[in-house]
Amino acid sequence: MIALMLTLALGFAQLCVLLALVFCAIRLLLGPTAQDRVLALDSLWMAAMLFILLLGIRFSSVIYFEAALLIALTGFVSSIALAKFLMRGEIIE
Amino acid sequence: MTGFLTLSMAEISPWLAVPIIFLLILGGIITFTGALGLLRLPNFYQRIHGPAVFITVGTGCVLIASMLYFSGTLERPVVHELLITAFVLMTAPVVSMMIMRAAVYRDLRARKPEGNSTDAYQFPDDQ
Repeated sequence: MIALMLTLALGFAQLCVLLALVFCAIRLLLGPTAQDRVLALDSLWMAAMLFILLLGIRFSSVIYFEAALLIALTGFVSSIALAKFLMRGEIIE
Repeated sequence: MTGFLTLSMAEISPWLAVPIIFLLILGGIITFTGALGLLRLPNFYQRIHGPAVFITVGTGCVLIASMLYFSGTLERPVVHELLITAFVLMTAPVVSMMIMRAAVYRDLRARKPEGNSTDAYQFPDDQ
């Protein structure tokens, strides 16, 4: 009974994070300005990290933790690089 | 339905499962709400608040749930999720500040040729 409830809660959380990924992807595709797209890409990284953590709970494996940590690191670096490019690319033009 | 149940999920104690269920549902709702705000709000300066909510609170809820779950199934304290928590809590404000500065610079540059208003805190038109 408690395992069934845990599975249902896990499925609900996965569905919510999946919808969040879809929303971020829509904003990434139709964002009117460049900073909207960078913001959507940053939140897409974080939502993907959450989804991988939930997959780790689903399959009861600690290996997914390293993937989530790597995604968090790479997302941070790429978001910083894109934000710097948004400022400097305009100045060079 | 039993195909989805893994063995270790069945043998977790109810006193540990109830907080995990609560944190998972709370994290899911917060993540959904934050992403919906990113999609639906009309202005960039309002849109930046949605991801900030789910990056901090949603990630925190899911990470604490994951920590409790693996501590229960492996029967030893598993705290390495605190690495991701600390990293995300340190880097999320930095990323928000950089994107925000870039957006303010770009808006000010875009407005400069046609307007003579020097008010930097005025919101741009909804787009």
